[in-house]
Amino acid sequence: MIPAPFEYQAAESARHALDLLARHGDDAKVLAGGHSLLPMMKLRLAVPSVVIDIGRVAELAGIRADGDDLVIGATTCHADVAASGLVRSQTPLLAYAAAQVGDPQIRHRGTIGGSLAHADPAADLPMALVALGGFMEIAGPGGQRTVSADDFFAGFFETSLEPDELLTAVRVPRRPGPDWGYQKFVRRANDWAIVGVAAAGGRIALANMGPVPLRATAAEEALAGGASAADAAALAAEGTEPAEDIHADRAYRQHLARVLTRRALEHQTG
Amino acid sequence: MRIELTVNGARRSDEVEPRLLLVHYLRERCGLRAANVGCDTTSCGACTVLVNGRSVKSCTMLAVQAAGQEITTAEGLAAGGEMHPVQEAFRQQHGLQCGFCTPGMVMAATGLLAENPHPTETEVREGLEGNFCRCTGYHNIVRAVLAAAETMSA
Repeated sequence: MIPAPFEYQAAESARHALDLLARHGDDAKVLAGGHSLLPMMKLRLAVPSVVIDIGRVAELAGIRADGDDLVIGATTCHADVAASGLVRSQTPLLAYAAAQVGDPQIRHRGTIGGSLAHADPAADLPMALVALGGFMEIAGPGGQRTVSADDFFAGFFETSLEPDELLTAVRVPRRPGPDWGYQKFVRRANDWAIVGVAAAGGRIALANMGPVPLRATAAEEALAGGASAADAAALAAEGTEPAEDIHADRAYRQHLARVLTRRALEHQTG
Repeated sequence: MRIELTVNGARRSDEVEPRLLLVHYLRERCGLRAANVGCDTTSCGACTVLVNGRSVKSCTMLAVQAAGQEITTAEGLAAGGEMHPVQEAFRQQHGLQCGFCTPGMVMAATGLLAENPHPTETEVREGLEGNFCRCTGYHNIVRAVLAAAETMSA
């Protein structure tokens, strides 16, 4: 499968990428590792006339501590997030989530920013960022803005990014210690979650239970009110209307959400 | 557009269409046919090559993204007529049946051993989760990688 023809522009800096986006806007797609965009272009589900490659912009990659947060450059690949001593010690849930994406080759190319901007509701990183209460750092023609993960995901494969904006980094509060859990229910190795649950510090995020990664708010409130993990988890599917597909109908997905939430609240991974 | 890169240690400069996939560049422009196009959807790993020493599926990378990078294919592993220890171990342990997945398996294994020179059997199996063997010959493939790890650390 071959993508449709496009004009290729290699950005030399974040500023240069923004200039290119300002010029091409809606006709352009940003390419980082290409592990969401290129498969879509090969299937001709995406047919951008201009591709702006930010993959070699050094300032967009890397992991650093900033006070109570970690800041991870948008083009940092999953393998580097998963292997980072800083991430493993300060936000172990994020390191674990990054290690669940695809397979080793995919994790060598796929990037945290690319995965978040792609906004697949079944993917690992969107759910992880919502569970951690993370933020997106976005650059645009008018300057910088910061959007919480809760507000970033706007719909099915849709974010609050404007066509002339660039996701430059992800900001994640430090959540060291063992109070987290991560559950990803798949049929095959390397697959997306049929349902996923990430829990950290009283926050619970669900993958593939709606068009965006969802908070299990009823379960969170029950936990905050002193309910047991099992009692809180029983409320995990409240208010959800998950899609039905070949893998699972609605009732089964809601059942999975309850079971996996209990496991995640018991700090299990799997 | 023009790209300059290193393929199996040799500098190259080629004029390519931006939409040319790295695997097609390697096979058709460089004449290096070890990397196979299997699933063409980032699943099977038959097209695995090393980019700056790390395993990558070359069906999901543009040749233009490889500009300035160092690419290694299975053809680039053997040195001076001697097979690479991973290749030799695949032969000794009969780590192949039909052979279609083998170049990708060998490159994924080489990348794995560079990151983790002493993997456990579980780490080998998980490290090769991005490579499918449709003959289902995984048992000897895993044995070959473990044998290669031993040879390479000796």
